[in-house]
Amino acid sequence: MPPWLSDLLWTYQNVLVALGVNGLLALSMYVVLAAGQLSLGQAAFMGLGAYASALLSLRLHWPFWLVLPLSPVVPVGFALLVGGPTLRLSGIYLAIATIGLGEVLRAVYLNVDALGGALGLSGIPEAAPLWLIYLVLAASLFVLWQVGRSRIGRAMEAMRGDARTALAMGVNVRRYRLATLAASAALAGLAGALSAHATDFIGPSDYGFETAVSILSFALLGGVASPFAPVLGAAVLTLLPEALRGFADLRLVLNGLVIVLAVLFLPRGILPWRMRRSAA
Amino acid sequence: MTLLTVRGLTRRYAGLVAVDRVDLDLPARGVHALIGPNGAGKTTLFDLISGLVIPSAGRIVLDGQDITALPADARARGGLARTFQAIRLFGAMTVLENVLTGLHPHLSAPLPAIVLHLARLRREERNAVARAHEALALVGLEQRAGERAAALSYGEGRRLEIARAMAGAPRLLLLDEPAAGLNPAETVSLGVLIRTIVAAGTTVLLVEHDMVFVMGLAETVTVLNFGRRIFHGPPAAARGDKEVIAAYLGARVAARFAAASPP
Repeated sequence: MPPWLSDLLWTYQNVLVALGVNGLLALSMYVVLAAGQLSLGQAAFMGLGAYASALLSLRLHWPFWLVLPLSPVVPVGFALLVGGPTLRLSGIYLAIATIGLGEVLRAVYLNVDALGGALGLSGIPEAAPLWLIYLVLAASLFVLWQVGRSRIGRAMEAMRGDARTALAMGVNVRRYRLATLAASAALAGLAGALSAHATDFIGPSDYGFETAVSILSFALLGGVASPFAPVLGAAVLTLLPEALRGFADLRLVLNGLVIVLAVLFLPRGILPWRMRRSAA
Repeated sequence: MTLLTVRGLTRRYAGLVAVDRVDLDLPARGVHALIGPNGAGKTTLFDLISGLVIPSAGRIVLDGQDITALPADARARGGLARTFQAIRLFGAMTVLENVLTGLHPHLSAPLPAIVLHLARLRREERNAVARAHEALALVGLEQRAGERAAALSYGEGRRLEIARAMAGAPRLLLLDEPAAGLNPAETVSLGVLIRTIVAAGTTVLLVEHDMVFVMGLAETVTVLNFGRRIFHGPPAAARGDKEVIAAYLGARVAARFAAASPP
């Protein structure tokens, strides 16, 4: 590796980690939005992946190659638990239930000593190198691209457009809703495990409502016309505060402003190019 | 042979009985029409048969199988397709993708084959695209396959809905007011299309207001009024039926109409 490159990686280590992790979180948001659901549980699912994997590493000293593939298990379990009953109801109830999940979990992390309480968990082995984060991101993009141009992608877009008509076409809407929520939780869980093992510390306030809204803004800015769109949205929103370092305190204001402007002027996102949904 | 049997089908909405103990027997093959004044319960009956509305009472049997408890998507997989009174296409999708979505129940490549783009998936998608093109050719939209569905005209949108419903070669096709909003030339070609569909082996049940269209096309007519079946039989007999005339014209006008006409 040439010295200038290792210097660059060293200087921007944190930004590059955030860029990859936020890309994964944007995909987690994309999977539910692309099927016409509004979940605000991505931060909570990420937290579950982070805490579960950190505990496996810290308490049981399991190797990371075993911890990472297991990191989706707990968030997917919670997704099925919350999703099952709420999917009978329409639209907004899932959003409310998932916000509730996030707040309940924050209280649990804060008050259970075994989970580190207010101090969080520190000393997590830094076992997630940059290349691994980007490998997981690239693999997720590839899978979602292939799925997006298949019958599954068509069924998801049909549900997003008009769930009743999709049902009349023979799409098992309930099953697809549950499956996409589970896939979304799995991606968020992977992102949580990777970020926890890239920064060595996690705390109970890392996965709250504020984080949930940031993740939503990735997909709102990018759009959901293809899996690349929300990842681009995440990249813009991750790099923007770096570019405006002097305004770093205004990061949340900017996030809010971007959401408002995107909803008003770019309802289909900054990358509205629509992928073909046929794999022939 | 009977394709669809409906017994005592009822749907109540707080105080209102939209469909009231309706019986229906549709023989396989042919065109059957469901007519009646506005608010007679025709679309509710369609929603009940296709599974989008759950009945308060009654039974629905398709091809010998009781489907009353099946959800709409399972009925679609079992060969029941429909169109909607107000066109409900997936506007952002292309014309071809809309029809491919109609083939959803017939595609089964598992997730690994999809992700790895295996030969099985490629073969299945190629077959699906070929079938979708056939369905588009049936309704005369094969030249528009690559366009966005939202770019179609009203009449073309109606035909795309039929292509999407027909792609999976359903046993029973429900058409909810297929001629609504069409010009006379388009209505004539719709009649030809429906005859082609029936000749290919699909049974058609349609709701329609255009009586001339119904008389020329349907073998049997079922008339609903205030949710109840008041007539079932050949279209010619429906025209002379006192109760049907009363339902359309009102009892008083019908009585005067009967008094004025020669015995």
